[in-house]
Amino acid sequence: MADSYRQTTQAKLARMGIYAMLFLLALWFLAPLYVMLTTSFKSLDDIRSGNLLSLPQSFSLDAWKTAWDSACTGVECGGMKGYFGNSLKMMIPAVLISTLLGSLNGYVLSMWRFKGSDAFFMALLIGTFLPFQVVILPMAQVLGMLGLENSTGRLVLVHVIYGLQFTTLFFRNYYVTVPSDLVKAARIDGAGFFLFFFKILLPISIPTIMVCLIWQTTQIWNDFLFGVVFSSGDGQPITVALNNLVNTSTGVKQYNVDMAAAIIAALPTLLVYIVGGKFFVRGLTAGAVKG
Amino acid sequence: MTVNSFSFSRFVDVTLPKVVIAPTALACLVGFYGFIGWTAWLSFTNSHMLPHYEWAGFVQYVELFGNDRWWQAMWNLGVFGSLFILICLALGLFTAVLLDQKIRAEGALRTIYLYPMALSFIVTGTAWKWILNPGLGIEKLLHDWGFTGATFDWIINPHYAIYTVVIAGVWQSTGFVMALFLAGLRGIDDSIIKAAQIDGASLPVIYTRIIIPSLRPVFLSVFMILAHIAVKSFDLVMALTGGGPGFATDLPSIFMYQHGFTRGQLGLGAASAMMMLFTAAAVVMPFLYSELMRDRRG
Repeated sequence: MADSYRQTTQAKLARMGIYAMLFLLALWFLAPLYVMLTTSFKSLDDIRSGNLLSLPQSFSLDAWKTAWDSACTGVECGGMKGYFGNSLKMMIPAVLISTLLGSLNGYVLSMWRFKGSDAFFMALLIGTFLPFQVVILPMAQVLGMLGLENSTGRLVLVHVIYGLQFTTLFFRNYYVTVPSDLVKAARIDGAGFFLFFFKILLPISIPTIMVCLIWQTTQIWNDFLFGVVFSSGDGQPITVALNNLVNTSTGVKQYNVDMAAAIIAALPTLLVYIVGGKFFVRGLTAGAVKG
Repeated sequence: MTVNSFSFSRFVDVTLPKVVIAPTALACLVGFYGFIGWTAWLSFTNSHMLPHYEWAGFVQYVELFGNDRWWQAMWNLGVFGSLFILICLALGLFTAVLLDQKIRAEGALRTIYLYPMALSFIVTGTAWKWILNPGLGIEKLLHDWGFTGATFDWIINPHYAIYTVVIAGVWQSTGFVMALFLAGLRGIDDSIIKAAQIDGASLPVIYTRIIIPSLRPVFLSVFMILAHIAVKSFDLVMALTGGGPGFATDLPSIFMYQHGFTRGQLGLGAASAMMMLFTAAAVVMPFLYSELMRDRRG
């Protein structure tokens, strides 16, 4: 009796320890977000007199206003709003095109295999491990030869090309799990290539479509390398603009504006994460564990 | 009519799938493999501001291997990469094991642990740059807490700056590692664990002897992904330290970007890009090979 009593108190202590550690971990992950938020609502004087964890003395939205429409990113002083728009204009077509192409590719590579299709899939898979540094020099040459001057157009093209291996992977890995009887039955019924795809396959692929859309959205919105290499001036995406804002040293450093701008740059993907968290995690793990 | 419809269905069966896949095949062949070849070619030329395509042998590689900054960048990658991978693995596994103990509010905790993964490395770098600010960041916090003599200036200290990159990188990626391990833990057959419990094995023994060894494939893929993130790390350092102070946090990716795009040293940039590819391949190849061997056996 005493023994089992000791065991239960021990077990209780262990559980309390576990919860305490989980709580500390949560604090560690949340702290930067807390610091960003509180700093963005402070005035510069407030920042100098307080510290990282202190709450704002008076709640101010000035830094947000400055970050949105008058902060200087290098020579331009129009805030983040234009670059936010650039990122949207680049992201939406790039995500939609790469997802549509990826689903069609996955369809072919799982249900319409041909000689060499598996080798092609392998070639695509290896592409997921490429450090993009090894393709950006030629890509810059090619974009120059094509005469594609528009930053958004350039980025859409590049993001579609280097997103395809992931989108194809997502759909191919889902479609190989669809029973082949379904395909055979549909073919006997005379459903053609596209009819079967759009009428039967796409409606049952909605979870995979979600995973793919969310993955591509976060990848493309958060990209910096392609943005900094292939875009210029007022056509740059928000990640590049944020980096310019934070790392150009002209005048007094406005940490509150930096933080507001960083949150603005983070908001879309955070929103996607909060709304579609389940699909986000599935995308991460699917992209990770692969074929 | 029948002949027509026959050839049409043949077209659908044989040609149409290939037509559909053609754009991607083209993009993949040209955009991946063609461009790798192109970069390789550039790395054997004397290109500076503009590409030249006359063969110049190994001059760029000779220059690269004689370049102190390059070796500093590779060394930094080694330090950053190994610490980043080790800490992420340990902390991620630890968190996953904790979360696997039938925790109340698991969903909420998971959401908190994983949200950094939704952020851009530029945002993460910006946030940590501010937190680690030598005058107003953690140092000031320590002063306000009474540790008035405390200094915490790692971000501007050439000897310690690389560790700030590790801190920020770990903060961003641990949740992801946790999610992968948690998925692995949930996939383990319960009956094995129950049998061990009946045999009187304690929880730590069950974890170290049975559960963690059976997560081997997860370890492998997590390692791969983290190594891959480390090799191509670019945005985090650009936002956090810009490669500085001096070249204290310079990485191959930054070396490549600056020589290839801002300093007009195309050939040297191409050579460094090739070295990055080899580094990534050196990490990935053993993994792909073991996967292939397993497929063949399975």
